[in-house]
Amino acid sequence: MKDTEGYVTADGRQIGGQLMELKNITLKFGGVTAISDISFDIHEGEIRAIIGPNGAGKSSMLNIISGFYTPTEGELWYKGAKRPPMKPFEVARMGVARTFQNIALFEGMTVLDNVMTGRLTHMNAGIGAQALWWGKARDEEMENREKVERVIDFLEIQNIRKTPVGRLPYGLKKRVELARALAAEPSILLLDEPMAGMNVEEKEDMSRFILDVNDEFGTTICLIEHDMGVVMDLSDRVVVMDYGKKIGDGPPDEVRNNQDVIDAYLGVPH
Amino acid sequence: MLYRTAGQFKTSYQADQALFPVRQDAVLLAVILAFAYVIFPLTASEFTFQTLLIPILIYSLAALGLNILTGFAGQLSLGTAAFMGVGAYACYKMITLMPWMNPILAILFSGVFSAGVGVAFGIPSLRIKGFYLAIATLAAQFFLVWLFEKWAWLYNYNASGAIQVPNLDIFGIYVAGPLASSITQYYVVLGIVTLLTVICINLTRGNLGRTWKATRDMDIAAELIGINLMKSKLTAFAVSSYIVGVAGALFVFMWRGAAEPNLFDIPLSFQILFIAIIGGLGSVMGNYLGAILIVGLPVLLNLVPETLGIPIKSATVEHLNIMIVGSLIVFFLIVEPHGLAQLWRLIREKLIIWPFPH
Ligand SMILES: Nc1ncnc2c1ncn2[C@@H]1O[C@H](COP(=O)(O)OP(=O)(O)OP(=O)(O)O)[C@@H](O)[C@H]1O
Ligand SMILES: [Mg+2]
Repeated sequence: MKDTEGYVTADGRQIGGQLMELKNITLKFGGVTAISDISFDIHEGEIRAIIGPNGAGKSSMLNIISGFYTPTEGELWYKGAKRPPMKPFEVARMGVARTFQNIALFEGMTVLDNVMTGRLTHMNAGIGAQALWWGKARDEEMENREKVERVIDFLEIQNIRKTPVGRLPYGLKKRVELARALAAEPSILLLDEPMAGMNVEEKEDMSRFILDVNDEFGTTICLIEHDMGVVMDLSDRVVVMDYGKKIGDGPPDEVRNNQDVIDAYLGVPH
Repeated sequence: MLYRTAGQFKTSYQADQALFPVRQDAVLLAVILAFAYVIFPLTASEFTFQTLLIPILIYSLAALGLNILTGFAGQLSLGTAAFMGVGAYACYKMITLMPWMNPILAILFSGVFSAGVGVAFGIPSLRIKGFYLAIATLAAQFFLVWLFEKWAWLYNYNASGAIQVPNLDIFGIYVAGPLASSITQYYVVLGIVTLLTVICINLTRGNLGRTWKATRDMDIAAELIGINLMKSKLTAFAVSSYIVGVAGALFVFMWRGAAEPNLFDIPLSFQILFIAIIGGLGSVMGNYLGAILIVGLPVLLNLVPETLGIPIKSATVEHLNIMIVGSLIVFFLIVEPHGLAQLWRLIREKLIIWPFPH
């Protein structure tokens, strides 16, 4: 399983080689160790889940991948090269897109504009062309609008395109946030609890979208989720964290029967 | 029925992105432009030019500049007047050092200086936000006005410490100074304001505008989706200060004719901020509505009692003006933070579905 050449999943999908590798990551906040010495990798085209009880350090791990936190120790390898410390916007420009545990949309903008912001790493017309709405600026706007419309169709949010995001219910906001991340056409998509707070029906929709994204665009996905049922259905491999440590790593079935994991979830005292 | 959109279908994204997706908006704009470019100049008296038309345009432009920074990019500034001052003094120096320079180009170029100063004073915004940034811009306000007073080179060592606009012409037509006619100055101002408005509309509806709004709405998320916050904030400071600086040059060269440093003091900054708030933060068109109200109100308060034959002291008018503007600010901040522009949007939405609301 650890080989960098890829593998075949239980349902027969071919997974590519290593896209990202985290080596011995430690993250400390003052005296608090949020993550201690964790290593794992993410392969191209797979759906990788990170699970664990509250405060295990899952979001912190995603924040390290997206460049929001710099690990105290450890290395991050991406597309075959060691990633030097960089700003979050630079990480985003390398093809890493994400959604947030607490929705982080631009409330004052419409759905369409929010999703369009997902394209801005692909747009580079100069300020002069933009000021005159001419040449490259106009063409770029049109091309990217078309791409965005495809994402909007894909996630079935056509009818709320022009609605200010602030007016939307929670479940739809989560979907718009996914749309914004997808619009970036990322190499790796990070989802922090994409189904938290949703009802059963919304969860089913969201699961379907995640599978479709992975299936149709081959996007690599790393997601955090609490709902074990969902995780078992969606993911190819699972990392289990507890108190900042990795206590399990492997295909869902294997992880589910791991005694440490069962203990962590049942709250056996450490 | 006025705003019926039935039968107006969008068949391409290009059409959907057009400036006027609803035809009636284009008609309304054409009417406004006809008034601004033809009817007003043909009919306005000297008094109307000087107390309403020219100042409304200049104040609108200054508020538009501030709105780019505060309304679109979310960076509060209390130093607008000082940046107008930078534009005005830069224009004065250029004109006096290079008398052959085309005055309109000088006005447009003076914004480059205020943009530079704006970017320099915008650098703290990379570290501090909200209230603290407002205080930093206030420091810029005090520092710059102090500089206008102390740096005698700026006003060519005049004994009065003031700058006086000389007579300036383009191909024999005076556009500034005592010899310039109001109608010429009005057209110069209108032309520049139109140009900068079009540029602002384009910038705010495109990629840069989305970058600014994202920075305003949630800077952390903005950075994580790939926005370079430094670039986003500093371009907002640059574009905003450019426009404010041009407005400052127009303020002195096309309207006041002379200026002392204290003209650019904090009351003017607040006046511009009030226009932006009442007009609507995050709107381009709102600035015009706000300026019409703020500039027009004292004129109206003076004229109405006079024509009705009610004796009223000018001090009373001034107090009345302050009270009304004050309550309007409170009203808009509490009830409609998006200002007159939002009120217009709501009316327009109602008109589109009127008279069949379903
Ligand atoms: N910016 C920070 N400063 C200090 N401590 C932090 C910070 N971010 C996270 N922590 C701490 O790190 C630990 C892990 O937090 P994290 O948010 O990664 O957990 P999580 O697994 O995502 O939990 P949840 O399931 O509740 O979202 C927690 O103890 C948290 O208090
Ligand atoms: Mg979390």
